[in-house]
Amino acid sequence: MNSPIGIEHFSPKLNRRKRFGQFIYLLLLSCVLIGIMGLLLLLVRILFDGIDWLSWHFLTNFPSRHPEIAGMKSAIFGTIWTIGLTGIFTVPIGIGAAIYLEEYSPKNWFTQIVEINISNLAGVPSIVYGLLGLALFVQWMSIGRTVLAGALTLALLVLPIVILASREAIRAVPDSYRQASYALGATKWQTQKSVVLPIAMPSVLTGVILALSRAIGEAAPIIAISALVYLTFIPTNPLSRFTVMPIQIFNWVSRPQDEFRGLAAAGIIILLIILLGMNSFAIYFRNRYQKQSEE
Amino acid sequence: MNRENELTKTNNSQSNDQVILSTRDLNVYYGTFRAIKDINLEVKKNQVLALIGPSGCGKSTVLRCFNRMNDLIMSAKVEGSVLYNGNNLYSPDVDAAEIRSRIGMVFQKPNPFPKSIYDNVAFGLKINGYQGDIEEAVERSLKRAALWNEVKDRLKDNGLTLSGGQQQRLCIARALAIEPDIILMDEPCSSLDPIATLAIEELIRDLISKYTIIIVTHNMQQAARVSDETAFLMVGEDRAGYLVETGDTQQILTNPKEERTEAYITGRFS
Repeated sequence: MNSPIGIEHFSPKLNRRKRFGQFIYLLLLSCVLIGIMGLLLLLVRILFDGIDWLSWHFLTNFPSRHPEIAGMKSAIFGTIWTIGLTGIFTVPIGIGAAIYLEEYSPKNWFTQIVEINISNLAGVPSIVYGLLGLALFVQWMSIGRTVLAGALTLALLVLPIVILASREAIRAVPDSYRQASYALGATKWQTQKSVVLPIAMPSVLTGVILALSRAIGEAAPIIAISALVYLTFIPTNPLSRFTVMPIQIFNWVSRPQDEFRGLAAAGIIILLIILLGMNSFAIYFRNRYQKQSEE
Repeated sequence: MNRENELTKTNNSQSNDQVILSTRDLNVYYGTFRAIKDINLEVKKNQVLALIGPSGCGKSTVLRCFNRMNDLIMSAKVEGSVLYNGNNLYSPDVDAAEIRSRIGMVFQKPNPFPKSIYDNVAFGLKINGYQGDIEEAVERSLKRAALWNEVKDRLKDNGLTLSGGQQQRLCIARALAIEPDIILMDEPCSSLDPIATLAIEELIRDLISKYTIIIVTHNMQQAARVSDETAFLMVGEDRAGYLVETGDTQQILTNPKEERTEAYITGRFS
Protein backbone atom coordinates (compact mmCIF):
# COMPACT_ATOMS: atom_id res chain seq x y z
CA MET A 1 0.00 0.00 0.00
CA ASN A 2 1.94 2.93 -1.28
CA SER A 3 -1.03 5.24 -1.70
CA PRO A 4 -0.97 8.21 0.63
CA ILE A 5 -4.38 7.34 1.98
CA GLY A 6 -4.51 3.82 3.40
CA ILE A 7 -7.43 1.52 3.96
CA GLU A 8 -7.72 2.71 7.55
CA HIS A 9 -9.11 6.03 6.32
CA PHE A 10 -12.29 4.38 4.99
CA SER A 11 -15.27 3.07 6.85
CA PRO A 12 -16.91 0.93 4.18
CA LYS A 13 -19.82 -0.48 6.26
CA LEU A 14 -20.43 -2.81 3.35
CA ASN A 15 -23.01 -4.91 5.18
CA ARG A 16 -25.09 -1.90 6.09
CA ARG A 17 -24.99 -0.59 2.53
CA LYS A 18 -26.03 -3.97 1.19
CA ARG A 19 -28.90 -4.26 3.67
CA PHE A 20 -30.11 -0.80 2.69
CA GLY A 21 -29.96 -1.78 -0.98
CA GLN A 22 -32.02 -4.87 -0.17
CA PHE A 23 -34.57 -2.73 1.65
CA ILE A 24 -34.97 -0.41 -1.34
CA TYR A 25 -35.41 -3.42 -3.60
CA LEU A 26 -38.28 -4.72 -1.46
CA LEU A 27 -39.83 -1.26 -1.29
CA LEU A 28 -39.86 -0.93 -5.07
CA LEU A 29 -41.22 -4.45 -5.48
CA SER A 30 -44.11 -3.69 -3.12
CA CYS A 31 -44.94 -0.59 -5.15
CA VAL A 32 -45.39 -2.81 -8.19
CA LEU A 33 -47.42 -5.36 -6.24
CA ILE A 34 -49.78 -2.72 -4.85
CA GLY A 35 -50.41 -1.45 -8.35
CA ILE A 36 -51.04 -4.89 -9.76
CA MET A 37 -53.04 -6.11 -6.76
CA GLY A 38 -55.63 -3.36 -7.22
CA LEU A 39 -56.21 -4.37 -10.80
CA LEU A 40 -56.13 -8.06 -9.95
CA LEU A 41 -58.70 -7.71 -7.14
CA LEU A 42 -60.95 -5.77 -9.48
CA LEU A 43 -60.66 -8.42 -12.16
CA VAL A 44 -61.28 -11.31 -9.77
CA ARG A 45 -64.28 -9.59 -8.27
CA ILE A 46 -65.79 -8.82 -11.68
CA LEU A 47 -65.13 -12.34 -12.93
CA PHE A 48 -66.69 -13.81 -9.79
CA ASP A 49 -69.80 -11.64 -10.12
CA GLY A 50 -70.27 -11.81 -13.83
CA ILE A 51 -69.11 -15.19 -15.06
CA ASP A 52 -72.49 -16.87 -14.36
CA TRP A 53 -74.29 -14.28 -16.44
CA LEU A 54 -72.10 -14.69 -19.48
CA SER A 55 -73.86 -16.67 -22.16
CA TRP A 56 -74.52 -16.56 -25.85
CA HIS A 57 -77.91 -14.90 -25.42
CA PHE A 58 -76.29 -12.20 -23.29
CA LEU A 59 -74.59 -11.12 -26.49
CA THR A 60 -77.57 -11.63 -28.80
CA ASN A 61 -80.53 -10.37 -26.72
CA PHE A 62 -81.76 -6.87 -26.33
CA PRO A 63 -81.97 -5.34 -22.82
CA SER A 64 -84.99 -6.35 -20.79
CA ARG A 65 -86.72 -5.83 -17.45
CA HIS A 66 -86.18 -9.53 -16.80
CA PRO A 67 -82.52 -10.06 -15.96
CA GLU A 68 -82.45 -13.68 -17.06
CA ILE A 69 -83.22 -12.80 -20.70
CA ALA A 70 -81.51 -9.40 -20.77
CA GLY A 71 -78.58 -8.91 -23.16
CA MET A 72 -76.50 -6.12 -24.55
CA LYS A 73 -76.88 -6.62 -28.30
CA SER A 74 -77.95 -3.02 -28.90
CA ALA A 75 -75.07 -1.68 -26.78
CA ILE A 76 -72.46 -3.88 -28.49
CA PHE A 77 -73.60 -2.84 -31.95
CA GLY A 78 -73.90 0.77 -30.80
CA THR A 79 -70.31 0.65 -29.59
CA ILE A 80 -69.07 -0.90 -32.84
CA TRP A 81 -70.86 1.77 -34.89
CA THR A 82 -69.70 4.61 -32.69
CA ILE A 83 -66.06 3.55 -32.47
CA GLY A 84 -65.91 2.69 -36.15
CA LEU A 85 -67.13 6.16 -37.11
CA THR A 86 -64.90 7.77 -34.48
CA GLY A 87 -61.93 6.02 -36.08
CA ILE A 88 -62.95 7.18 -39.56
CA PHE A 89 -63.10 10.79 -38.36
CA THR A 90 -60.08 10.71 -36.09
CA VAL A 91 -57.43 8.93 -38.13
CA PRO A 92 -57.15 11.20 -41.18
CA ILE A 93 -57.69 14.44 -39.26
CA GLY A 94 -55.36 13.48 -36.43
CA ILE A 95 -52.55 12.27 -38.66
CA GLY A 96 -53.00 15.22 -41.01
CA ALA A 97 -52.79 17.70 -38.16
CA ALA A 98 -49.71 15.94 -36.80
CA ILE A 99 -47.94 16.06 -40.17
CA TYR A 100 -48.73 19.73 -40.51
CA LEU A 101 -47.54 20.63 -37.03
CA GLU A 102 -44.41 18.50 -37.20
CA GLU A 103 -43.26 18.99 -40.78
CA TYR A 104 -44.96 21.97 -42.38
CA SER A 105 -45.82 24.60 -39.79
CA PRO A 106 -43.47 27.52 -39.39
CA LYS A 107 -42.11 27.73 -35.86
CA ASN A 108 -43.75 30.91 -34.60
CA TRP A 109 -45.87 32.08 -31.66
CA PHE A 110 -49.09 30.94 -33.33
CA THR A 111 -48.03 27.32 -33.75
CA GLN A 112 -46.57 27.41 -30.23
CA ILE A 113 -50.00 28.38 -28.87
CA VAL A 114 -51.67 25.67 -30.95
CA GLU A 115 -49.20 23.11 -29.65
CA ILE A 116 -49.68 24.05 -26.00
CA ASN A 117 -53.45 24.00 -26.39
CA ILE A 118 -53.51 20.57 -28.00
CA SER A 119 -51.69 19.20 -24.96
CA ASN A 120 -54.19 21.00 -22.72
CA LEU A 121 -57.16 19.65 -24.67
CA ALA A 122 -55.96 16.11 -24.02
CA GLY A 123 -56.55 16.79 -20.32
CA VAL A 124 -60.06 18.28 -20.52
CA PRO A 125 -62.64 16.10 -18.67
CA SER A 126 -64.75 14.03 -21.05
CA ILE A 127 -68.09 15.33 -19.74
CA VAL A 128 -67.10 18.75 -21.04
CA TYR A 129 -66.78 17.25 -24.51
CA GLY A 130 -70.17 15.62 -23.99
CA LEU A 131 -71.79 18.97 -23.29
CA LEU A 132 -69.96 20.52 -26.23
CA GLY A 133 -71.19 17.72 -28.49
CA LEU A 134 -74.74 18.17 -27.19
CA ALA A 135 -74.71 21.89 -27.95
CA LEU A 136 -72.70 21.76 -31.18
CA PHE A 137 -73.73 18.59 -32.98
CA VAL A 138 -77.07 17.57 -31.47
CA GLN A 139 -78.66 20.99 -31.22
CA TRP A 140 -76.86 23.59 -33.31
CA MET A 141 -76.12 21.34 -36.26
CA SER A 142 -79.39 19.45 -35.67
CA ILE A 143 -77.80 16.05 -36.10
CA GLY A 144 -79.91 14.78 -33.22
CA ARG A 145 -79.07 12.19 -30.59
CA THR A 146 -77.56 9.91 -33.19
CA VAL A 147 -74.56 7.64 -33.69
CA LEU A 148 -73.05 10.38 -35.84
CA ALA A 149 -73.27 12.98 -33.08
CA GLY A 150 -71.79 10.51 -30.58
CA ALA A 151 -68.93 9.59 -32.90
CA LEU A 152 -68.14 13.22 -33.69
CA THR A 153 -68.07 14.00 -29.97
CA LEU A 154 -65.76 11.08 -29.22
CA ALA A 155 -63.61 12.11 -32.17
CA LEU A 156 -63.15 15.55 -30.62
CA LEU A 157 -62.32 13.88 -27.33
CA VAL A 158 -59.58 11.62 -28.67
CA LEU A 159 -58.20 13.83 -31.45
CA PRO A 160 -55.64 15.49 -29.17
CA ILE A 161 -54.40 12.05 -28.13
CA VAL A 162 -54.04 10.91 -31.75
CA ILE A 163 -52.33 14.17 -32.73
CA LEU A 164 -49.85 13.98 -29.86
CA ALA A 165 -49.05 10.29 -30.46
CA SER A 166 -48.67 10.84 -34.21
CA ARG A 167 -46.40 13.82 -33.68
CA GLU A 168 -44.19 11.75 -31.38
CA ALA A 169 -44.06 9.03 -34.01
CA ILE A 170 -43.20 11.45 -36.81
CA ARG A 171 -40.60 13.20 -34.69
CA ALA A 172 -38.96 9.85 -33.93
CA VAL A 173 -38.18 9.31 -37.63
CA PRO A 174 -34.47 10.12 -37.94
CA ASP A 175 -33.74 13.27 -39.93
CA SER A 176 -31.14 11.41 -41.99
CA TYR A 177 -33.97 9.66 -43.89
CA ARG A 178 -35.57 12.97 -44.79
CA GLN A 179 -32.21 14.31 -45.94
CA ALA A 180 -31.60 11.23 -48.07
CA SER A 181 -34.97 11.68 -49.69
CA TYR A 182 -34.56 15.39 -50.39
CA ALA A 183 -31.07 14.76 -51.73
CA LEU A 184 -32.61 12.50 -54.38
CA GLY A 185 -34.83 15.30 -55.61
CA ALA A 186 -37.99 14.38 -53.69
CA THR A 187 -40.48 17.09 -52.85
CA LYS A 188 -41.73 17.62 -49.32
CA TRP A 189 -44.90 15.61 -49.84
CA GLN A 190 -43.02 12.78 -51.62
CA THR A 191 -40.68 12.65 -48.64
CA GLN A 192 -43.62 12.51 -46.26
CA LYS A 193 -45.57 9.92 -48.21
CA SER A 194 -42.77 7.57 -49.20
CA VAL A 195 -40.29 7.88 -46.35
CA VAL A 196 -41.56 9.50 -43.16
CA LEU A 197 -45.08 8.10 -42.93
CA PRO A 198 -44.23 4.44 -43.67
CA ILE A 199 -41.61 4.56 -40.91
CA ALA A 200 -43.88 6.37 -38.47
CA MET A 201 -47.03 4.40 -39.28
CA PRO A 202 -46.73 1.53 -36.75
CA SER A 203 -46.32 4.00 -33.88
CA VAL A 204 -49.10 6.16 -35.27
CA LEU A 205 -51.40 3.13 -35.37
CA THR A 206 -50.45 2.22 -31.83
CA GLY A 207 -51.49 5.72 -30.77
CA VAL A 208 -54.74 5.48 -32.72
CA ILE A 209 -55.66 2.16 -31.15
CA LEU A 210 -54.88 3.41 -27.64
CA ALA A 211 -56.99 6.51 -28.32
CA LEU A 212 -59.90 4.41 -29.58
CA SER A 213 -59.53 2.18 -26.50
CA ARG A 214 -60.07 5.30 -24.45
CA ALA A 215 -63.12 6.25 -26.51
CA ILE A 216 -64.70 2.82 -26.16
CA GLY A 217 -64.77 3.06 -22.39
CA GLU A 218 -66.18 6.58 -22.20
CA ALA A 219 -69.67 6.83 -20.71
CA ALA A 220 -69.93 10.48 -19.68
CA PRO A 221 -69.98 12.21 -23.10
CA ILE A 222 -72.33 9.59 -24.54
CA ILE A 223 -74.73 10.02 -21.63
CA ALA A 224 -74.91 13.69 -22.52
CA ILE A 225 -75.53 12.87 -26.19
CA SER A 226 -77.64 9.77 -26.21
CA ALA A 227 -79.33 9.34 -22.84
CA LEU A 228 -80.95 6.18 -24.16
CA VAL A 229 -80.62 2.83 -22.48
CA TYR A 230 -83.45 0.52 -23.39
CA LEU A 231 -82.95 0.17 -27.09
CA THR A 232 -84.57 -2.79 -28.77
CA PHE A 233 -83.03 -2.20 -32.16
CA ILE A 234 -79.51 -1.87 -33.47
CA PRO A 235 -78.23 1.17 -35.40
CA THR A 236 -78.61 0.73 -39.15
CA ASN A 237 -77.08 4.00 -40.28
CA PRO A 238 -75.17 6.97 -38.83
CA LEU A 239 -78.42 8.77 -38.07
CA SER A 240 -79.86 5.98 -35.90
CA ARG A 241 -80.42 6.42 -32.21
CA PHE A 242 -77.99 4.36 -30.18
CA THR A 243 -76.54 3.36 -26.86
CA VAL A 244 -73.09 2.07 -25.96
CA MET A 245 -71.71 -0.56 -23.60
CA PRO A 246 -70.52 1.70 -20.76
CA ILE A 247 -73.97 3.30 -20.53
CA GLN A 248 -75.68 -0.08 -20.47
CA ILE A 249 -73.33 -1.18 -17.70
CA PHE A 250 -73.86 2.06 -15.80
CA ASN A 251 -77.62 1.57 -15.99
CA TRP A 252 -77.48 -2.01 -14.74
CA VAL A 253 -75.21 -1.09 -11.85
CA SER A 254 -77.61 1.59 -10.68
CA ARG A 255 -80.58 -0.80 -10.45
CA PRO A 256 -81.56 -2.13 -7.02
CA GLN A 257 -81.84 -5.84 -7.92
CA ASP A 258 -78.73 -7.98 -7.39
CA GLU A 259 -79.27 -9.79 -10.69
CA PHE A 260 -78.62 -6.62 -12.64
CA ARG A 261 -75.32 -6.15 -10.87
CA GLY A 262 -74.34 -9.58 -12.18
CA LEU A 263 -75.33 -8.46 -15.64
CA ALA A 264 -73.23 -5.32 -15.21
CA ALA A 265 -70.22 -7.44 -14.25
CA ALA A 266 -70.77 -9.61 -17.31
CA GLY A 267 -70.93 -6.46 -19.44
CA ILE A 268 -67.67 -5.26 -17.95
CA ILE A 269 -66.04 -8.58 -18.82
CA ILE A 270 -67.08 -8.20 -22.47
CA LEU A 271 -65.85 -4.60 -22.52
CA LEU A 272 -62.52 -5.61 -20.95
CA ILE A 273 -62.07 -8.41 -23.49
CA ILE A 274 -62.56 -5.92 -26.33
CA LEU A 275 -60.20 -3.43 -24.67
CA LEU A 276 -57.48 -6.01 -24.00
CA GLY A 277 -57.88 -7.25 -27.55
CA MET A 278 -57.32 -3.77 -28.93
CA ASN A 279 -54.35 -3.15 -26.67
CA SER A 280 -52.68 -6.44 -27.58
CA PHE A 281 -53.17 -5.51 -31.22
CA ALA A 282 -51.34 -2.25 -30.51
CA ILE A 283 -48.50 -4.05 -28.71
CA TYR A 284 -48.23 -6.61 -31.51
CA PHE A 285 -47.86 -3.79 -34.03
CA ARG A 286 -45.17 -2.06 -31.99
CA ASN A 287 -43.16 -5.24 -31.51
CA ARG A 288 -43.33 -6.15 -35.16
CA TYR A 289 -42.10 -2.67 -36.00
CA GLN A 290 -39.23 -2.88 -33.51
CA LYS A 291 -38.18 -6.23 -34.87
CA GLN A 292 -38.18 -4.84 -38.40
CA SER A 293 -35.94 -1.93 -37.55
CA GLU A 294 -33.51 -4.12 -35.59
CA GLU A 295 -32.99 -6.53 -38.46
CA MET B 1 -38.19 19.61 -68.47
CA ASN B 2 -37.10 22.68 -70.37
CA ARG B 3 -35.15 23.97 -67.47
CA GLU B 4 -33.42 20.65 -67.06
CA ASN B 5 -32.07 21.00 -70.56
CA GLU B 6 -30.98 24.49 -69.77
CA LEU B 7 -29.24 23.35 -66.60
CA THR B 8 -27.42 20.47 -68.20
CA LYS B 9 -26.54 22.11 -71.46
CA THR B 10 -22.84 22.61 -71.85
CA ASN B 11 -20.54 23.43 -74.67
CA ASN B 12 -19.57 20.05 -75.95
CA SER B 13 -15.84 20.26 -75.43
CA GLN B 14 -14.79 17.32 -73.29
CA SER B 15 -11.57 18.92 -72.20
CA ASN B 16 -10.37 17.82 -68.80
CA ASP B 17 -10.26 21.32 -67.41
CA GLN B 18 -13.83 22.21 -68.12
CA VAL B 19 -15.35 23.85 -65.05
CA ILE B 20 -18.72 22.32 -64.21
CA LEU B 21 -19.39 24.02 -60.90
CA SER B 22 -18.08 27.21 -59.40
CA THR B 23 -18.89 29.50 -56.51
CA ARG B 24 -18.70 33.30 -56.44
CA ASP B 25 -18.33 35.12 -53.13
CA LEU B 26 -20.27 32.40 -51.38
CA ASN B 27 -21.33 33.28 -47.82
CA VAL B 28 -23.56 31.24 -45.54
CA TYR B 29 -25.10 32.54 -42.35
CA TYR B 30 -26.84 30.51 -39.66
CA GLY B 31 -28.93 33.20 -38.04
CA THR B 32 -26.42 35.94 -37.36
CA PHE B 33 -23.45 33.56 -37.35
CA ARG B 34 -21.41 33.63 -40.52
CA ALA B 35 -20.31 30.05 -41.21
CA ILE B 36 -18.34 30.58 -44.42
CA LYS B 37 -16.89 33.70 -45.88
CA ASP B 38 -16.36 34.70 -49.54
CA ILE B 39 -15.62 31.28 -50.95
CA ASN B 40 -14.54 31.25 -54.59
CA LEU B 41 -14.05 27.73 -55.82
CA GLU B 42 -13.97 25.91 -59.13
CA VAL B 43 -14.79 22.25 -59.72
CA LYS B 44 -13.59 20.58 -62.89
CA LYS B 45 -15.61 18.03 -64.77
CA ASN B 46 -14.77 14.35 -64.24
CA GLN B 47 -12.38 15.07 -61.45
CA VAL B 48 -12.46 14.57 -57.71
CA LEU B 49 -12.21 17.67 -55.60
CA ALA B 50 -11.39 17.15 -51.94
CA LEU B 51 -12.39 19.72 -49.34
CA ILE B 52 -10.06 19.48 -46.37
CA GLY B 53 -9.53 21.52 -43.24
CA PRO B 54 -9.98 21.47 -39.48
CA SER B 55 -13.35 20.83 -37.76
CA GLY B 56 -15.72 23.75 -37.96
CA CYS B 57 -14.12 25.30 -41.04
CA GLY B 58 -17.36 24.96 -43.00
CA LYS B 59 -16.40 22.14 -45.40
CA SER B 60 -19.80 20.51 -45.09
CA THR B 61 -21.56 23.86 -45.30
CA VAL B 62 -19.82 24.56 -48.62
CA LEU B 63 -20.73 21.08 -49.86
CA ARG B 64 -24.38 21.55 -48.91
CA CYS B 65 -24.53 24.75 -50.96
CA PHE B 66 -23.97 22.72 -54.11
CA ASN B 67 -27.32 20.92 -53.88
CA ARG B 68 -29.09 23.54 -51.81
CA MET B 69 -29.42 21.25 -48.78
CA ASN B 70 -28.94 24.36 -46.68
CA ASP B 71 -32.45 25.36 -47.78
CA LEU B 72 -33.73 22.77 -45.31
CA ILE B 73 -32.19 24.59 -42.36
CA MET B 74 -34.61 27.35 -41.52
CA SER B 75 -32.04 29.76 -40.11
CA ALA B 76 -29.58 29.33 -42.97
CA LYS B 77 -29.10 32.12 -45.48
CA VAL B 78 -26.90 31.83 -48.56
CA GLU B 79 -25.35 34.84 -50.31
CA GLY B 80 -23.33 34.85 -53.48
CA SER B 81 -23.83 32.42 -56.30
CA VAL B 82 -23.13 28.83 -57.26
CA LEU B 83 -22.83 28.36 -61.01
CA TYR B 84 -23.61 24.97 -62.46
CA ASN B 85 -22.78 24.93 -66.18
CA GLY B 86 -23.06 28.69 -65.99
CA ASN B 87 -26.52 28.76 -64.38
CA ASN B 88 -26.89 30.15 -60.88
CA LEU B 89 -28.39 27.49 -58.61
CA TYR B 90 -29.62 30.21 -56.28
CA SER B 91 -31.53 32.24 -58.81
CA PRO B 92 -35.21 32.41 -57.82
CA ASP B 93 -36.56 30.41 -60.77
CA VAL B 94 -34.41 27.36 -60.09
CA ASP B 95 -36.11 24.55 -58.20
CA ALA B 96 -34.08 22.88 -55.44
CA ALA B 97 -35.62 19.45 -56.09
CA GLU B 98 -34.48 19.55 -59.70
CA ILE B 99 -30.94 20.52 -58.73
CA ARG B 100 -30.83 17.62 -56.31
CA SER B 101 -31.79 15.19 -59.03
CA ARG B 102 -28.78 16.44 -61.04
CA ILE B 103 -26.36 16.77 -58.11
CA GLY B 104 -26.56 13.76 -55.83
CA MET B 105 -25.32 13.39 -52.27
CA VAL B 106 -23.84 10.69 -50.05
CA PHE B 107 -23.87 11.38 -46.33
CA GLN B 108 -21.44 10.92 -43.49
CA LYS B 109 -23.37 8.12 -41.88
CA PRO B 110 -24.82 5.51 -44.25
CA ASN B 111 -28.55 6.21 -44.34
CA PRO B 112 -30.33 3.62 -46.47
CA PHE B 113 -34.11 3.74 -46.06
CA PRO B 114 -35.57 0.93 -43.94
CA LYS B 115 -36.84 -0.58 -47.17
CA SER B 116 -35.56 -3.41 -49.35
CA ILE B 117 -32.25 -3.03 -51.18
CA TYR B 118 -34.18 -2.90 -54.43
CA ASP B 119 -36.59 -0.21 -53.20
CA ASN B 120 -33.70 1.88 -51.90
CA VAL B 121 -32.18 2.11 -55.35
CA ALA B 122 -35.54 2.40 -57.10
CA PHE B 123 -36.68 5.24 -54.82
CA GLY B 124 -35.10 8.10 -56.74
CA LEU B 125 -36.22 6.60 -60.06
CA LYS B 126 -39.83 6.41 -58.92
CA ILE B 127 -40.10 9.88 -57.40
CA ASN B 128 -38.48 11.44 -60.45
CA GLY B 129 -40.80 9.64 -62.84
CA TYR B 130 -38.22 7.43 -64.56
CA GLN B 131 -39.62 6.21 -67.87
CA GLY B 132 -37.26 3.31 -68.49
CA ASP B 133 -37.06 -0.17 -67.02
CA ILE B 134 -36.62 0.31 -63.29
CA GLU B 135 -35.37 -3.22 -62.69
CA GLU B 136 -32.62 -2.73 -65.24
CA ALA B 137 -31.65 0.65 -63.81
CA VAL B 138 -31.42 -0.82 -60.31
CA GLU B 139 -29.10 -3.57 -61.52
CA ARG B 140 -26.97 -1.08 -63.46
CA SER B 141 -26.64 1.23 -60.45
CA LEU B 142 -25.75 -1.58 -58.07
CA LYS B 143 -23.13 -2.84 -60.50
CA ARG B 144 -21.67 0.63 -60.87
CA ALA B 145 -21.49 0.92 -57.09
CA ALA B 146 -19.65 -2.44 -56.97
CA LEU B 147 -22.36 -3.96 -54.80
CA TRP B 148 -24.26 -6.12 -57.27
CA ASN B 149 -22.38 -9.36 -56.69
CA GLU B 150 -22.90 -9.14 -52.95
CA VAL B 151 -26.63 -8.42 -53.04
CA LYS B 152 -27.99 -9.87 -56.28
CA ASP B 153 -29.57 -12.82 -54.44
CA ARG B 154 -31.08 -10.74 -51.66
CA LEU B 155 -32.56 -7.68 -53.32
CA LYS B 156 -35.71 -8.10 -51.23
CA ASP B 157 -33.78 -7.92 -47.93
CA ASN B 158 -33.96 -4.76 -45.87
CA GLY B 159 -31.13 -2.36 -46.70
CA LEU B 160 -30.33 -2.11 -43.01
CA THR B 161 -29.28 -5.79 -42.93
CA LEU B 162 -26.13 -4.91 -44.88
CA SER B 163 -22.79 -4.11 -43.24
CA GLY B 164 -21.76 -0.47 -42.83
CA GLY B 165 -19.57 -0.42 -45.92
CA GLN B 166 -22.22 -2.16 -48.00
CA GLN B 167 -24.82 0.30 -46.74
CA GLN B 168 -22.66 3.18 -47.89
CA ARG B 169 -22.22 1.60 -51.32
CA LEU B 170 -25.99 1.12 -51.42
CA CYS B 171 -26.37 4.84 -50.74
CA ILE B 172 -23.95 5.52 -53.59
CA ALA B 173 -25.96 3.20 -55.86
CA ARG B 174 -29.12 5.04 -54.80
CA ALA B 175 -27.52 8.35 -55.76
CA LEU B 176 -26.19 6.96 -59.07
CA ALA B 177 -29.55 5.53 -60.12
CA ILE B 178 -30.98 8.89 -61.16
CA GLU B 179 -27.93 9.61 -63.35
CA PRO B 180 -26.63 12.75 -61.69
CA ASP B 181 -23.77 14.81 -63.09
CA ILE B 182 -22.10 15.47 -59.79
CA ILE B 183 -21.95 13.51 -56.55
CA LEU B 184 -21.30 15.24 -53.26
CA MET B 185 -19.78 13.09 -50.52
CA ASP B 186 -19.70 14.32 -46.96
CA GLU B 187 -16.99 12.29 -45.17
CA PRO B 188 -18.40 9.09 -46.67
CA CYS B 189 -15.91 6.81 -44.90
CA SER B 190 -15.82 8.34 -41.44
CA SER B 191 -17.94 5.57 -39.93
CA LEU B 192 -16.34 2.72 -41.86
CA ASP B 193 -13.48 0.35 -41.13
CA PRO B 194 -10.27 0.51 -43.24
CA ILE B 195 -11.27 -2.29 -45.62
CA ALA B 196 -14.67 -0.79 -46.34
CA THR B 197 -12.99 2.59 -46.70
CA LEU B 198 -10.63 1.20 -49.31
CA ALA B 199 -13.56 -0.25 -51.27
CA ILE B 200 -15.29 3.14 -51.33
CA GLU B 201 -12.09 4.90 -52.36
CA GLU B 202 -11.56 2.51 -55.25
CA LEU B 203 -15.15 3.07 -56.24
CA ILE B 204 -14.66 6.84 -56.26
CA ARG B 205 -11.72 6.49 -58.65
CA ASP B 206 -13.85 4.26 -60.90
CA LEU B 207 -16.74 6.67 -60.93
CA ILE B 208 -14.94 9.75 -62.21
CA SER B 209 -15.00 8.51 -65.77
CA LYS B 210 -18.72 9.36 -65.72
CA TYR B 211 -19.19 11.71 -62.80
CA THR B 212 -17.70 14.66 -61.05
CA ILE B 213 -17.18 14.13 -57.33
CA ILE B 214 -16.69 16.55 -54.48
CA ILE B 215 -15.63 14.88 -51.25
CA VAL B 216 -15.29 16.34 -47.79
CA THR B 217 -12.68 14.55 -45.74
CA HIS B 218 -10.78 14.90 -42.48
CA ASN B 219 -8.21 12.52 -43.66
CA MET B 220 -5.34 13.89 -45.74
CA GLN B 221 -4.19 10.42 -46.82
CA GLN B 222 -7.66 9.90 -48.20
CA ALA B 223 -7.51 13.20 -50.05
CA ALA B 224 -4.16 12.13 -51.48
CA ARG B 225 -5.53 8.74 -52.56
CA VAL B 226 -8.79 9.81 -54.20
CA SER B 227 -8.66 13.43 -55.28
CA ASP B 228 -7.23 15.29 -58.25
CA GLU B 229 -7.60 18.70 -56.73
CA THR B 230 -7.80 19.85 -53.14
CA ALA B 231 -9.25 22.91 -51.53
CA PHE B 232 -7.99 23.79 -48.06
CA LEU B 233 -10.29 25.71 -45.74
CA MET B 234 -9.61 27.19 -42.34
CA VAL B 235 -11.46 28.92 -39.54
CA GLY B 236 -10.82 32.60 -39.12
CA GLU B 237 -10.69 34.69 -35.96
CA ASP B 238 -14.40 35.39 -36.45
CA ARG B 239 -15.09 31.61 -36.54
CA ALA B 240 -16.11 31.86 -40.20
CA GLY B 241 -14.55 29.35 -42.57
CA TYR B 242 -12.58 30.66 -45.51
CA LEU B 243 -10.67 29.21 -48.42
CA VAL B 244 -6.90 29.28 -47.96
CA GLU B 245 -5.80 27.77 -51.21
CA THR B 246 -6.82 25.36 -53.86
CA GLY B 247 -4.89 23.43 -56.46
CA ASP B 248 -3.53 20.10 -57.57
CA THR B 249 -3.70 17.62 -54.69
CA GLN B 250 -0.07 16.51 -54.98
CA GLN B 251 1.08 20.10 -54.95
CA ILE B 252 -1.14 21.10 -51.99
CA LEU B 253 -0.04 18.13 -49.91
CA THR B 254 3.67 18.24 -50.72
CA ASN B 255 4.46 21.79 -51.61
CA PRO B 256 1.72 24.19 -50.54
CA LYS B 257 2.00 27.87 -51.29
CA GLU B 258 0.57 28.96 -47.99
CA GLU B 259 2.31 28.60 -44.65
CA ARG B 260 -1.06 27.84 -42.98
CA THR B 261 -1.67 24.89 -45.29
CA GLU B 262 1.72 23.44 -44.59
CA ALA B 263 1.21 23.85 -40.85
CA TYR B 264 -2.05 21.94 -41.08
CA ILE B 265 -0.87 19.09 -43.26
CA THR B 266 2.29 18.53 -41.29
CA GLY B 267 0.35 18.47 -38.03
CA ARG B 268 1.81 21.67 -36.65
CA PHE B 269 -1.63 23.16 -36.65
CA SER B 270 -2.94 24.30 -33.28
